Amino acid sequence: MAKLTKGETGEWETVIGMEVHAQVIAKSKLFSGSATTFGAEPNAQVSLVDAAMPGMLPVLNEHVVEQAVRTGLGINAKINLHSVFARKNYFYADLPQGYQISQFEDPIVGTGTIEIDLPDGTIKEIGVTRLHLEQDAGKSLHDQHPTKSYVDLNRSGCALMEIVSEPDIRGPEEATAYLSKLRMILRYLGTCDGNMDEGSMRADVNISVRKPGDELGTRAEIKNVNSVKAVQQCIDYEVRRQIDLIEEGGTVKQETRLWDPAKMETRSMRSKEDAHDYRYFPDPDLLPLEIKHEWVEEIKQTLPELPDQKKHRFMKSYDLSAYDSSVLISERARADFFETAAKGRNAKLTANWVINELLGGLNKENKNIKDSPIKAEQLGGLIELISDNTISGKIAKDVFATMYETGQDAAAIVEEKGLKQVTDTGAIEKIIDEVIAENPDNVAAYQGGKDKLFGFFVGQVMKKSQGKANPAAVNELLKKKLK
Amino acid sequence: MTKLTHLTIAKALKGLKNKDFTAKELTEAHISAIETSRSLNAFITETPDIALKQAEESDKRRASGTTGLLDGIPIAVKDLFCTKGVQTTAGSHILEGFIPTYESTVTANLFDNGAVMLGKTNLDEFAMGSSNTTSYFGNVINPWKNQNKPEADLVPGGSSGGSSSAVAARLALGATGTDTGGSIRQPAAFTGTVGIKPTYGRCSRWGTVAFSSSLDQAGAFARTVEDTALMLQAMAGHDPKDSTSAQKDVPDWSAALNDDIKGLKIGIPKEYRLDGMPEDIEKLWQQGMEWLKESGAEIVDVSLPHTKYALPAYYIIAPAEASSNLARYDGVRYGLRVEGEDLQGMYENTRAEGFGDEVKRRIMIGTYALSAGYYDAYYIKAQKVRRLIAEDFTKAYEQCDALLTPTAPSAAFAIGEKEDDPIKMYLNDVFTVPASLAGLPGMSVPAGLDHDGLPLGLQIIGKAWDEQTVLNIGKTIEKSAQFAAMPQMVVQKAA
Repeated sequence: MAKLTKGETGEWETVIGMEVHAQVIAKSKLFSGSATTFGAEPNAQVSLVDAAMPGMLPVLNEHVVEQAVRTGLGINAKINLHSVFARKNYFYADLPQGYQISQFEDPIVGTGTIEIDLPDGTIKEIGVTRLHLEQDAGKSLHDQHPTKSYVDLNRSGCALMEIVSEPDIRGPEEATAYLSKLRMILRYLGTCDGNMDEGSMRADVNISVRKPGDELGTRAEIKNVNSVKAVQQCIDYEVRRQIDLIEEGGTVKQETRLWDPAKMETRSMRSKEDAHDYRYFPDPDLLPLEIKHEWVEEIKQTLPELPDQKKHRFMKSYDLSAYDSSVLISERARADFFETAAKGRNAKLTANWVINELLGGLNKENKNIKDSPIKAEQLGGLIELISDNTISGKIAKDVFATMYETGQDAAAIVEEKGLKQVTDTGAIEKIIDEVIAENPDNVAAYQGGKDKLFGFFVGQVMKKSQGKANPAAVNELLKKKLK
Repeated sequence: MTKLTHLTIAKALKGLKNKDFTAKELTEAHISAIETSRSLNAFITETPDIALKQAEESDKRRASGTTGLLDGIPIAVKDLFCTKGVQTTAGSHILEGFIPTYESTVTANLFDNGAVMLGKTNLDEFAMGSSNTTSYFGNVINPWKNQNKPEADLVPGGSSGGSSSAVAARLALGATGTDTGGSIRQPAAFTGTVGIKPTYGRCSRWGTVAFSSSLDQAGAFARTVEDTALMLQAMAGHDPKDSTSAQKDVPDWSAALNDDIKGLKIGIPKEYRLDGMPEDIEKLWQQGMEWLKESGAEIVDVSLPHTKYALPAYYIIAPAEASSNLARYDGVRYGLRVEGEDLQGMYENTRAEGFGDEVKRRIMIGTYALSAGYYDAYYIKAQKVRRLIAEDFTKAYEQCDALLTPTAPSAAFAIGEKEDDPIKMYLNDVFTVPASLAGLPGMSVPAGLDHDGLPLGLQIIGKAWDEQTVLNIGKTIEKSAQFAAMPQMVVQKAA
């Protein structure tokens, strides 16, 4: 059951649909050969086509089409073998052609679905209406000169996929889960890097509220929502604004609103009446895009295992919990790391070490699994030493810390520092005897019925052995000697 | 010996080969002809320095024995083709002073074939017009005069009026043009020159300022059919930079050119018999049929039932595409900028000052036709009509191999005539627009003079990619018509 929001007049349901713009990973732009690298000098990646010089013509980038098809297959969507590029006409300084080449009536990808994982462990299906290809605009810079605006056309003409969801999302948790899942899928597919802070993934959020069971309310479209956190925040704000407005007797206007992350509010950008008439029509410079079924099948063969498939496989073949599996598959590199480390070893133990120790440590430093100082094989080495009782779990933590710091192999550290677990009962007995001899009062108290003191003796023995004594052996021998 | 400027391209090539004269001499003759004919206003930009340099290089190539198809031939280039380092205006104030850093594919092909560029010819602004009276750079004057009204300056047709006027006045041996709805064929008819528009997709549109992308097609003017074949051969070819350019080899049209049309079936579309068409034109059309019959062709009556809808459909589709194609002239990156209070103001001022009335009219028509609520009724309807018109031709070609029609419903008219009503002006294209909508090759060949002593043209429309048949029929008419008349000013100059 979707979360409801309390208002003065009762509970309200939030209805959300999202439009995600994802920049396609490609060396060159949608219709020109210019490079697409992020962070280049302004206007360093602009061809004659991108600057819309007179007489310039677009030529479709085949690789981008392949990426769109790949993405469509990744979200279980219908691939349209016939699609049409259309011009969306409007004037703006960073739109050199005076129109954006997009797809309107005939997009390359039709309906699909994305499964999202909710915090309570349930799974929900969110419908995807369509995915289409379009050109990105350039960037207007308003803060570089007191009276003029500057224009950077590096981004002009880069390929975007616009992925439109059905209004199936109910509330901020589902919205962030949707966005995160979509990003994960795109990253798995290698079709978008999902870096929202670099603008390569951007979301427009359509929000309306209604009393449960009522018809859909009037929606506001929130633009400029550029992080997962901002999605959450803008929904929280906008839902409250709409409920308050209606409960005070007002009505929600259909309009475009802008999210202001500094003021943490949405504000009106333009109303429906001011909406552009984009005068879409098929671009006469481009023929309709016809792709072959066989080509789509070929692309399908090259798809990687996708997050959901991987998650279910981890649960089944490694006997991991749903939660642990979700954590491990959230990035492809993470999952690969785990599988390399766990190969031929105790998978559950490996999962614990990856999640608790390694990811814990990396997260603290804001690092990614790719930056891990410990390689997957090395972590596997540590797991082996634990599994065959060469070192105890406690010692293993110290070894791990050294590995993390120096990048050395676990075995080398154990050898070098002499950390091998003592399992020789004679040696342990000798230590126990010393401890008993040194603590006559506690021995008497224990034997007099203070069972709790057993832990004291274990601690002393471990301390004397510098943690190397096998804990099971220590327990067994201590019990015998203290009788 | 004939004056160098009066040669055909074929004869000039022979002369160059035989070392009767050099490319430099040939070019110099044309440069001085241009200098003494500036009253025609045929050129926006003259490029004598470039021409002489190219001519000298051509002479060197010829000396070393490696020559292209048009090596050393001085031609004029419509100022719609972007030329590297040479101002390209499209006849518009908004592009005044714009110097491209790139060469259009068509001009690059011509230069690769050794052609020499004399200059950039005047045209209707953004190729919108049928009289060359909408250019920001002034009207072009037709070298022909009405013998019954010799005081009036006549239009050279449009939009490629500078090119047609230059070729007719012997200022260039050939010229490039573009044809969207008749912009090569109609001016050719008005100036007694040969003009060919090939099949849509035959010439690359890359680097040609766009008017209506689905209709624009480059083509050629010259004074003989053979010369236009040579010109077109040097311009055409597949270009990966234009997605609508066809992946087809360019045939050797000039080599295969002949006047053997025995057994060909020539269709006469009954819908092209307009009420009120001048009798001279009707008579010339009949004469054309006779010539073809005498040459062994069979004349068949055909019907193109949707012809009457062609002009209205064209005047939706072309302005719709133009309204979008011309959006890039916004004052932001190149060309004219007229400052305003804000961005919107700058757009308004720039475009108000930069575009002329006809261009504004078509942008408004096109914007309207694409607007929400009107799109289906206008644009979509026009596209449906366009398909019906194409189907008309397909059906007609089940009965015949090519069509013969008049090129235009009148001879050249006086500058200022028909200016009061755009519809009257648009009617100039009534015979040329249908083939444009269907993407078919069409050619105008001068076939006679009317009672005012003005040239009239006959149009041959062919099947897609069958320029050869069009050229061969043109050659037959040319041979039968023996059109030798020259504009009065050319005759006077030669005397």
